[in-house]
Amino acid sequence: MRFGVVRFPGSCDEVDALLACRRFGEADLLWHKDRDLDGVDAVVVPGGFSYGDYLRAGAIARFSPLMESVIEFAREGGPVLGICNGFQVLCEAGLLPGALLTNRSLRFVCRQVDIVVENPDTPFTRACAQDELLSVPVKHTTGRYYAPGVPEEQVVLRYAPGHNPNGAQDDIAGVCNAAGNVLGLMPHPEHAVDPLTGSADGGRLFESLAMAPVA
Amino acid sequence: MRVRVLIRPKEGILDPVGQTVEGALPALGFEGVRNVHVGRLIELDVEDAAEVPAMCERLLANPLIEDYEITSAGHPAPRPDGDDRPPAVRDRV
Repeated sequence: MRFGVVRFPGSCDEVDALLACRRFGEADLLWHKDRDLDGVDAVVVPGGFSYGDYLRAGAIARFSPLMESVIEFAREGGPVLGICNGFQVLCEAGLLPGALLTNRSLRFVCRQVDIVVENPDTPFTRACAQDELLSVPVKHTTGRYYAPGVPEEQVVLRYAPGHNPNGAQDDIAGVCNAAGNVLGLMPHPEHAVDPLTGSADGGRLFESLAMAPVA
Repeated sequence: MRVRVLIRPKEGILDPVGQTVEGALPALGFEGVRNVHVGRLIELDVEDAAEVPAMCERLLANPLIEDYEITSAGHPAPRPDGDDRPPAVRDRV
């Protein structure tokens, strides 16, 4: 498995994402101005403040040359994982339903939360058990997920009761597209891959992607 | 021509910024204020105003969460160098 991790101007979690991927496979950075995905098997759109998050989070990044290729890659069924700002970019790109709004509290939140695996039948969660609890950090101001009418089977991850940090609709922490090959989530699995930092649960998502698909 | 785009949160979407402003006004003695919503204003000079709705749909607003309203703001903003010729004429030089 070879991962490609996107780097936009303003990305800040791309190196952690790169190192998380390298625990389970090969990984390289992809530059936002390139159009070539360099033959990677999966794309990670990391967290940060792409293009300064001007106008709306992810609104400008969505039109970068590399994203055009990522959108094509996703439409052809390639796995794409968007984390935090990456989730916002994928929503703006129309690869995922819904949008991210300012946290209900209007405050930046930075804390460890528990999330529940609602759907283990995706390329991102197949190493997990149904209802498995993962402890991962969140850190964002614009994370209130809003998607009227999103189908229940596309809800892959949900904040555990009492852990919703932002007022997201139905406690949704992570959502996939109808085909199941694109996942966006606000929590940061790439910051939870080593017991040294309190939890290695985030590795389960990268491990899932690196697993051979079940035929 | 000068165009103004007003962007506001769609009705029914929780608007904590509006709520916070609404909550702050009574503290200053302004009573009876309701339904406060905070949006943004984008002003732009365009050659073809017919393109502005597409700009709104694709970039300026996110139609899932925001409503937009396009209004004309009259004449283009004056340039700092005082050159008031139309852009098509100015750029030919």
